[in-house]
Amino acid sequence: MTIRGKAYIAGIYEHPTRKAPDKSLAQLHAEIAIGAVADAGLTMADVDGFFCDNDAPGLGPISMVEYLGLNVRHVDTTETGGSAPIVHISHAAQAIASGKCSVALITLAGRPRSAGVSANPPPNWDVPELPFEYPYRSSVLNQYAMVAMRHMHEYGTTPEQLAWVKVAASHHAQHNPHAMLREVVSVENVLQSPMIADPLHRLDCCVVSDGGGAIVVVSPEIARSLSRPLIKVRGAGEAIRDLRGGKANILESGGARSGAIAFEEAGVTPADIKYASVYDSFTITVIVQLEDLGFCEKGQGGRFVSDGQLISGIGRLPVNTDGGGLCNNHPGNRGGMTKVLEAVRQLRGEAHPAVQVQGCDLAVAHGTGGWLASRHGSATVILERE
Amino acid sequence: MEEAVKMPAPKLNAENQEYWDAARRGVLLVKRCADCGEAHHYPRAICPFCHSGSTEWEEVAGTGVIHTYTIMRREQPSTITAYVALDQGPIMLTNIVGCEPETVRIGMPVQVCFADAEDGLRVPVFRPR
Ligand SMILES: [Zn+2]
Repeated sequence: MTIRGKAYIAGIYEHPTRKAPDKSLAQLHAEIAIGAVADAGLTMADVDGFFCDNDAPGLGPISMVEYLGLNVRHVDTTETGGSAPIVHISHAAQAIASGKCSVALITLAGRPRSAGVSANPPPNWDVPELPFEYPYRSSVLNQYAMVAMRHMHEYGTTPEQLAWVKVAASHHAQHNPHAMLREVVSVENVLQSPMIADPLHRLDCCVVSDGGGAIVVVSPEIARSLSRPLIKVRGAGEAIRDLRGGKANILESGGARSGAIAFEEAGVTPADIKYASVYDSFTITVIVQLEDLGFCEKGQGGRFVSDGQLISGIGRLPVNTDGGGLCNNHPGNRGGMTKVLEAVRQLRGEAHPAVQVQGCDLAVAHGTGGWLASRHGSATVILERE
Repeated sequence: MEEAVKMPAPKLNAENQEYWDAARRGVLLVKRCADCGEAHHYPRAICPFCHSGSTEWEEVAGTGVIHTYTIMRREQPSTITAYVALDQGPIMLTNIVGCEPETVRIGMPVQVCFADAEDGLRVPVFRPR
């Protein structure tokens, strides 16, 4: 069985807030849920499936189902960090294909900026690897920086090439009125920003923001009954990449597996893709994932992104035309949701005119949740405008 | 050792207690599987390669090379986070001590030493050799 063509994204909503000191976390989830359901032309009473991850308050889905007043017959709270919303699209499509629900609501929200919460969770000593990493102050930041350092050593990737990912994001963000950072920056600006964790400068790192987003996935019958463009789920893949007892290749992300699975199910290749949303927690994240998804040879990611090649209308592959996590937002320290939202906007022709890809009929959204060097969840979804 | 500030200590459990007892004595252990012969890190009671329950502690010289690293500039003083590739095979997360951050390089030969941590524990770190 395949999910290809068995489900459609009918509704999306991105919360405009980037700092929400006056709202609760549950309230943010509710506002985005209502927004996405309205965008689809449905009502909350139509929702019969609910998907969230650990950013939702309460035990699994229970508190939010109650808060939202939902009547669901299917729930899923698979947690793979920032890639979870992309996993949820795949799982929603599976549930719809097997008749377990027909209108699936996926929410992601967070307010780390207002709450002053770190991306590094408090220690849970039952986590088996933690005693061997905690004394060394292992963090999101150093687990990505060490991949960048090794990538430069093995492949000759340069700080300038890393910076080009940020430069492209800033070119896109200037057109997004909600983006946190709308100023266009240069390679020199990135290199002159303070070094945070070698070789990553401050401008190689994504923003910390409040906010959130939601998606409504529906059956083909319901999708055709609505007045929205038909955005079909064409293929999806998921993977967990870990250290394999200390023998993993830390330069290969889970995207190598999740991407291969998704492209095979979709029956397309990276050359067919018109637009890509690629998780940009850091500049290095984009370079490694573009390689692993097959947009270029392994090790060539730095060259692939240079000289504006990710800028819509200029480069060979428009990436993150909303400004991405590097400039727009990174709600709850999780970037997977916003990756899907901008891919859907591109396929609908609803991106900002300055960044809209002409004839955009096939897009990929890809996320990496966790720690790039050590362990992370990866998820890839390929979407098609019908 | 070189660290004036004590490192944060992990909370231990039955599966990893022996590793930390050895570290307190200045000894680095890895786990090796008696069935498939593979060494792994972090150490587990169950082999991650063949799932045998016959894994054994093995004392190692603690020599290796820096596989990758970063300098955490916002910490005072800056700490050097690294993966070291042990001569016995697996890579392990650690800190590099006893040298100026700017002198650290990928491929640099290193040797284990032990830094004082909270709760009277000692933690394996590496210095250039
Ligand atoms: Zn074994």
